Order: sequence, then structure tokens, then C-alpha cells
Amino acid sequence: MSKLLVSALFAVLLAGCASNPPPETSAPVEDATPSAGAGTGTGAATSPGTGSSISGTATPGAGQGASALRDPNNILSRRSIYFDYDSDAVKDQYRPLVEAHARYLQSNRSARMTIQGNTDERGSREYNIALAQRRADSAKRMMQLLGAGESQIETVSFGKEKPKNPGHDEAAWAENRRADIVYAGE
Amino acid sequence: MTRLLRPLLAFALFFVAQWSQAQLTIEIIGGAGTTIPIAIVPFAGENAFPLGVTGVVGADLQRSGLFRLIDAANVSPRPARAEDVRYADWKARGADAVVVGSMTPLPDGRIDVRFALLDDVKQTQLAGFSYVVPQAQLRATAHKIADVIYEKLTGDVGVFSTRIAYIAKQGRRFELFVAEADGFGAQSVVASNEPLLSPTWSPDGTRIAYVSMENRKPVVYVQSLASGQRHVLANFRGSNSAPAWAPDGNRLVVTLTKDGNSQLYLINADGSGVQRLLTSPAIDTEANFAPDGKAILFTSDRGGSPQIYRYTMGSGQVERMTYDGSYNVSPRYLPDGRGFAFVRRDGGRFNVAVQDFATRQTQVLTQGSADESPSVAPNGKMIIYASEVGSRGILAAVSSDGRVKQRLTAAATDVREPAWGPLPKTN
Repeated sequence: MSKLLVSALFAVLLAGCASNPPPETSAPVEDATPSAGAGTGTGAATSPGTGSSISGTATPGAGQGASALRDPNNILSRRSIYFDYDSDAVKDQYRPLVEAHARYLQSNRSARMTIQGNTDERGSREYNIALAQRRADSAKRMMQLLGAGESQIETVSFGKEKPKNPGHDEAAWAENRRADIVYAGE
Repeated sequence: MTRLLRPLLAFALFFVAQWSQAQLTIEIIGGAGTTIPIAIVPFAGENAFPLGVTGVVGADLQRSGLFRLIDAANVSPRPARAEDVRYADWKARGADAVVVGSMTPLPDGRIDVRFALLDDVKQTQLAGFSYVVPQAQLRATAHKIADVIYEKLTGDVGVFSTRIAYIAKQGRRFELFVAEADGFGAQSVVASNEPLLSPTWSPDGTRIAYVSMENRKPVVYVQSLASGQRHVLANFRGSNSAPAWAPDGNRLVVTLTKDGNSQLYLINADGSGVQRLLTSPAIDTEANFAPDGKAILFTSDRGGSPQIYRYTMGSGQVERMTYDGSYNVSPRYLPDGRGFAFVRRDGGRFNVAVQDFATRQTQVLTQGSADESPSVAPNGKMIIYASEVGSRGILAAVSSDGRVKQRLTAAATDVREPAWGPLPKTN
């Protein structure tokens, strides 16, 4: 069922459906003039033609250099995608982040990343290894469709073994249901 | 030479400290309805040895929840042989069974341990054995004596001579331990700063398979307990986990993601001969072999939610076993093959339950909120599992009828992932 959800999401992306909120880019943008790696703004994706002072960069992530990965003003420095309980669907709100990293990989063919899948503490350790792997794979598939190369992304699972938040409430659980992006050499 | 001694000494002391901290303390928190009253008379000559053999025997029997110890410490004269026992005296004390014995040191340093078990009601001897053992085996001998008593009085095989494996977590350190069934003598198998999980015993008790994340991904290892040597069983692309031994000890089933989604694969114990077992578009994991090796229970979400399925090796048929609720996982066959233990989620709580194959009836055995990882004792009478008290990881055990309850804890340590070892080979 979650595979259907992800497929539906891709269909929406590729069709450039207008149901996406206006500020976000809705269609993959092919060309990306290399920029000096200047920040493209915090948080939400910038849309083309907003009159931003950053020249040359049509899509966040594309054409960025390695310093952008650590720039706190750059979406590329954000590395975590969060999931709903029992789900491996990448939610809409994380699509810009996934897309930015995919574009970065596309522009930097020698770059390599690992996506680490995680779950919250509830339930079977072994089933959670499998669920967390599926989360990492789900994020990888989305990046591939957005331009990343298959060999650039490794997916691993930590199950529920490496929580970010050691708490035992809903807030902690939400923070632990995540896929983390780690670039090679970090 | 002295340059090495000091760090060696420090290391040894650190190691000992780690061992003692990971030792399990077992308390009984629930008992069976009726218990057998038994008097265990301290063995003649026992005080010459530091162990206290009858203390270990009594603790084993009491811990099973099926026995009630009748005080025998201040009996005078103290019988040491069957013929010295006056049945009327013991009946008056309320004992249905009496154990007497002696320990005699031999010139070669070994000890002659002999005991007799007497039925106070029928006024007859039920068993009598003698062992000649080195001092280092006194504890093992005490467990053997407890096994004989248990079997004679309950009709079931005793498991006091078995071992349990478990994972201890302290801070960022994970350690796989093997201890005697009463928690004593914990020995480290492997330690890591990355998570360890899913320890499983080979059927002959000589090896343990486990999952380690020391390579920053889940990898399955097989380690020999005697030598400490280990090899990688499975390290394919993505995750390698959930090892399950076939009854012949030559193959395992593991969960691999090398071809995409989590699926079940057969693999030889040396890591060769990987072969896909089943194909589904879902997560298939947590395989567990039937005692006769002819079927495998496993967890799958092919139906939309994680449930337990049974795969029959000959026919290739897959049958769904659980229908109640939206989360039924971690199947473990009962040793008699008549049913299985598993974990179910109900209203946000996770508990251990057993299902009978014939009746399809399910009985929930535990009452915690986060119970997981059940492992069944080789006599089918107790199930050990992981639980939580406060936010501390503990182990717990429950009898297969739900009545006897134990709690196993280690000081300042989270313990989890228990695995009950097989019956020792009879010698």
C-alpha cells in the first residue's frame, strides 16, 4: 500500500500537477547553471522567477559545491526526512529536501551518500530493521527519479537501534522515525 | 615485563567489573497455584566447599515456581543417605519430598557428590545418583541434581543445566553474554560500541549467530563459543538480519535486502550457497524453523500489516496464522511443535502470546506495555522475553500457562534480546 502512495507521489511530480502549493517547484527543471554555491534561502524551496538575488540557480541543490552541504542557510545542510508511524511514504513536506539532495548528486557525479533508515522504539527489532530499510529505499528511489545515479546512494537500516531522541513519548518517537542522509567523507 | 603488568591488571579489573555488573538477578514475582513442598537437607560435608550445592539446588527448584522449600537447616541428626531418612519426621514438617546427600573430597582433588530423592508420601526412593567431579564443576552438578528432582516430581525435563544468551547495553556499549539459566557466571561473547541484536543458538549449543552493526549496517555473524572465533555469515547489499538455524545446524534462514525488499534466504552455516526461499513484494522476516525442520514460521506484511505466516517446505504452501489485530510478529515454535509463541500489539501495548495450531486459540501471557523477543525454553514450560520497567530494559520469564512469573535484571544495565539455549548433550 505504501508503494502505491509513493508511485502516486511520483505521478503527481511528473505531471506537474497544480495541486502542489504554489511556492514549490512542481516540475523537474533540467538545466542548472553552476553557481558559486551561494545560499538559496532557508527552509522552503525557492521558486524560479521570484526575483531572488541569487543568479543562475534554478533549483536548490543543483550545481552546488561541497561547501553548500555544510551551509546552515542551505537546504542541503538539512539531512533528515521524517515518517509517519508504520509508514515509509516520503511526505510532501520533505520533497524539496529530497529534490535538493538529488540535484546535488546529479551535478556532482562523484559524490556518494548513504541514507540511514530508522524507526521509533516500538515493536519487534527485526521487523523494524526491515521497515527502516524500506524507508531508506523509499527516499533513494525518489532521488533516483529526480536525477541521482543509482550507484551514488547506499541505503542501510539501523532499525530502532540508534534513536536520535532517547525519550518515550510521541515527540521522541516522531523524531526517531527518520531517514538520515550522510555524505561520504563526513 | 612489569611495564605490561599494570595496564594488563587494569584491563583485567575493568573486565571483571563489567562481568559482575552484567550478572542477572532473578526474582520470582508470581507462582503456580499449587506447589510441591520439598525439603532439601544440606549435604554432609558441604560446608567444606565454598559453593553451597544444596543452596543452588533449592534456588533452582524454587525459581521454577513449582516447588516450595521446607526448612531443613536445623534438623538434627542430619540424614545424608536414603536409609537415614525417617519419613514420619518429614511428613510432620509438611514435606512431600526429601533430598539428602553428601560431598566427599577424593585424594585426586575431585569430589564425590551423591544424593537421594525420596517420596515422603509413598515412602519410597525415587532417584539416587553419584557424581565424581572437579571442584570447578560443582555448580553444574547442582543444576544436574535439580534437573533430576524436577523431572522425577513433575514429569517434565528440567532446564536448570541450560544457558541463556542476552544483550546488555550500558551507555554506548553493547555486549552479548551467555550465562547459566539462573543468571550466574555470565561470560562475554562479543562486545561493541555499535548495536548487537538477534542472538540465536545453533541446535547443538556450540555456536551463536547474531546481528552486529559494527560495520555501520546490519551484518550477520556466526561465532563459536568454545574458540571465540567468528565469521561473517551474510554481508550483502543493504541489511542482513534475523538469522534462524535449521534443526540440523548446517543451514540458516536469514533476511536479506540484496535484491530489493526484505526477503528470506537459505544459507549454509559457512556463508556459502545463498538461495532465495520465498518471493513476495513485501517485507518477509523473522523466520523460525519447526522442530522437525519441515516448516518455517515467519513475519510478513504481504497482507497489508505485519502478521505471522507458515511456510511448509515440502509443498511450498504459505498459510496465514494470525488474524486478530493489526500487528502479530516474532513467531517462535514451541518445542513440541504444537503451537508457537509470538508478540502481538493490542491498543498500543505489545505482549507475548501463544497460539495452539490445532485449536487456533491464542492466550496472552504477559501484561507489560513493551514486551518483545520471546524465546522458549527447550522443555516448552517457560518463555523468556524482553520487557521494560520504568524505562529500563529487563528480561522476564513466564510459564506457558501464564502463572509463574520471573524478572531478570542487571544492575545499571539495559538487558534485552534473550535466547534460551538448548538442552545439554547427555554424557
